[in-house]
Amino acid sequence: MTATLLAVQVLNGLQLGVLLFLVAAGLTLVFGVMDFINLAHGVQYMLGAYLAVTFHQLTGSFFLAVPLALAAALVLGLLLEFLVFRHLYDRDHLDQVLATFGVILFLNEGVQIVWGSAPLSYPIPALLEGVIPVMDGFGYPIYRVALILVGLATAVGLWLVVTRTRVGMLVRAGATNARMVSALGVDIRRLFMIVFGFGAMLAGFAGIMAGPILSVEPNMGDGVLILAFVVIVIGGIGSIRGAFVAALLVGLVDTLGRSFMTDIFRTVLDPSAANQVGPALASMLIYVLMAAVLFFRPSGLFPAVGR
Amino acid sequence: MIRAVPSRSPIPLMLLIAFLAVPAIAGASDTSFLIVMATRVMIFAIAALSLDLILGYGAMVSFGHAVFIGIGAYAVGIGAAHEIYDGLITFPIAILAAGLFALITGAICLRTRGVYFIMITLAFGQMAYFTASSLSAYGGDDGLTMWGRSEFFGVAVLNDPTVFYVVVLGCLVACWGFARALVSSRFGRVIRGVRENRVRMQAVGYDPYRYQLVAYGIAGMMAGLSGALLANHAEFVSPAYMSWQRSGELIIMVVLGGMGSLHGAVLGAVAYLVTEEVLSHYTEHWRVIFGPMLILIVIYARGGLSRLLDRTGSGADG
Amino acid sequence: MAEPILALEGVCKAYGALAVSDDLSMAVARGTIHALIGPNGAGKTTLVGQIAGQIAPDAGTVWFDGRDITRVPVHARSHLGLARTFQITSVLPGFTVLENVAVAAQAHAGHSFRFLRPVAGERALNDRAMQALETVGLTARAPMPAGALSHGEKRQLEIAIALATGPKLLLLDEPMAGTGREETERLVATLQALRGSVTILLVEHDMQAVFALADRISVLDYGRVIAEGTPDAIRGNPEVRAAYLGEEDAA
Repeated sequence: MTATLLAVQVLNGLQLGVLLFLVAAGLTLVFGVMDFINLAHGVQYMLGAYLAVTFHQLTGSFFLAVPLALAAALVLGLLLEFLVFRHLYDRDHLDQVLATFGVILFLNEGVQIVWGSAPLSYPIPALLEGVIPVMDGFGYPIYRVALILVGLATAVGLWLVVTRTRVGMLVRAGATNARMVSALGVDIRRLFMIVFGFGAMLAGFAGIMAGPILSVEPNMGDGVLILAFVVIVIGGIGSIRGAFVAALLVGLVDTLGRSFMTDIFRTVLDPSAANQVGPALASMLIYVLMAAVLFFRPSGLFPAVGR
Repeated sequence: MIRAVPSRSPIPLMLLIAFLAVPAIAGASDTSFLIVMATRVMIFAIAALSLDLILGYGAMVSFGHAVFIGIGAYAVGIGAAHEIYDGLITFPIAILAAGLFALITGAICLRTRGVYFIMITLAFGQMAYFTASSLSAYGGDDGLTMWGRSEFFGVAVLNDPTVFYVVVLGCLVACWGFARALVSSRFGRVIRGVRENRVRMQAVGYDPYRYQLVAYGIAGMMAGLSGALLANHAEFVSPAYMSWQRSGELIIMVVLGGMGSLHGAVLGAVAYLVTEEVLSHYTEHWRVIFGPMLILIVIYARGGLSRLLDRTGSGADG
Repeated sequence: MAEPILALEGVCKAYGALAVSDDLSMAVARGTIHALIGPNGAGKTTLVGQIAGQIAPDAGTVWFDGRDITRVPVHARSHLGLARTFQITSVLPGFTVLENVAVAAQAHAGHSFRFLRPVAGERALNDRAMQALETVGLTARAPMPAGALSHGEKRQLEIAIALATGPKLLLLDEPMAGTGREETERLVATLQALRGSVTILLVEHDMQAVFALADRISVLDYGRVIAEGTPDAIRGNPEVRAAYLGEEDAA
């Protein structure tokens, strides 16, 4: 367990955390503002990646594919809002769970019809190829560093939007007391659409960015969705700040746990037992973390005021 | 949403007659497929029934219910891997292990409510799923094939499809009877009361947490039984049994059939699995059809199949 | 002097800088009907919450029947003999009227971890529930779903539910709120009939009802008790008139 390995794994953890934040931010906003539980948020991440595949094939350029895929993700998100989600805002959580589960079934199967079920990918752009030396001759891929930076920049941008703009103010007020916001004469439907489209785009963005380093395949959104749930439960539903802290926490704990758990157990158990127990416990680690947080703070680390 | 004690509905009797008729029809037409399929339907009906206890009567939207099936199945599967085929050992272990897991996770989940509860049960479900996937000694991701079904008193009775069918039907009837007694008992009244108005129940002297936790444990045990049966049915166990999609399907069954009536859950299991079977005849991508169907049902048809049947069947109050 | 059934001692509760209960002390004597009045925003709701157990005080002690119940959870207070009604009607709408009351009786008659015997046939519970319903005059409504009752009937039902728990103290949070004249009169008659059999702490806006029923009245303003005494004494108290009754005079 060298310092270099640790540094690399910390960077990997940050990278996962940043991706999770992009997905969780939309999820927590949609839930905070609309009291809407959207299971289909994960498939929007998946759609982002698939759209990037297609636009990369069409244009041959990563930097053209990204904005095109983003725009398409936004359009598809708004289409889903129009066709399905807006009929569910006044329903209880159970109805929302079921209907958005239906969306997942449809889209997970739909991408297999359109793109096939084999994993796809698109290459890292030439500009971002190569590695940055970390230490002892070990390098870390530039693309992953760029991903972390872009993710952090998005987080800062999002924070500015939420704290400094009129829409952001309404979003924050909506997360605390949606009825009051609509009583103020704000067109709540339009606010919902904006938040929703924005959330879909962020999730799609995460998928687009992840495409070159993960394989693009059906159901790729499901795992991310559940991790994002863990993130927003730990962070406190409706809180962007909570989502950010919790995303990095989950990213780091999960990555470091998977890398080092077995080694740690080898110090106390014999190797074959450690090889059994290590991975099993590593995969449980974030859920244990979540359970622990909830045990002490049932509404997460940064509960939105008034909820 | 006004529901008092379960009303007298003809549906349970109709379902029983239908299930009893299956072996006769299958025997007459020599289609073992039918009996195998119906066995599977009833196994999931037991699981859906157990979910209805907490979802329909207790308003606990658990999104991790498939885990209890998985634990029950793994108890039987792991037993088989160690050459333990005695059902009198593996079945009780399956039921108790699932119940214990329900009590432990429920103790944490039930501290939260609403959407937090949904997400936490989901997360615990995933935790169990990944744990099963990492059990490399028992097949890991690929699952574990059993080389035989459970035996009772040294006889592999479950090897005969018709006997297995009758055993499962017996389990289903027993579970339904137990659940029915439960919801009309003192305990069931408290559970229903907490669904109606938690604060009111606290004010008259109940601690909802204790009752919900026990209900959660009972539901877990019942689902564990269905898991033990499922392992025998498939002669195979895999982490996929406890995937979150499975948990979602169980919720669909309960809601589709009509929550809080018990027989609705059974009806929902029949409807869901038959729909799956029929649709997958036409296309392997049957979910592309089922997904939108589900959305339309949620948006336009509320109350579930059992309400619909009761209304059209007897013209009784809706 | 007999020990009071309920006593508050230096109870404080603040939301931010706003002190809603400000070093508040009061006592309710056994067997009386004790009314608590005060203008809107005086801190009545918070006080009820602290007595019932929904809200934990920042400081101070709540004594009930000689025990410190400050940290006792809501459900356990019921078992000590504290029953309440809610300002906003709170019944089990999908249950029948009878079952609403029977479930309250059930909490105080043996444990509820009984899983198989149908509870609907338990005579003892039903008898007790019918008795409570008779006290409030709702026997004819017993088989109806509670959600179908009129507002005033729901108020009566709440009292029956509370009575079925066999309380030593009945905490009534604005039972007359939103009821018509006739319904109010029926409620007043019901409470009159209960006088002596159970201690009642009545938090109420309806002055006519308060002065008709109360043995003693405490007046709350800005989170503290500004006056306490017999109805006549309160009627004549200039401080009370200034803080509170002035509204009525102007009307």
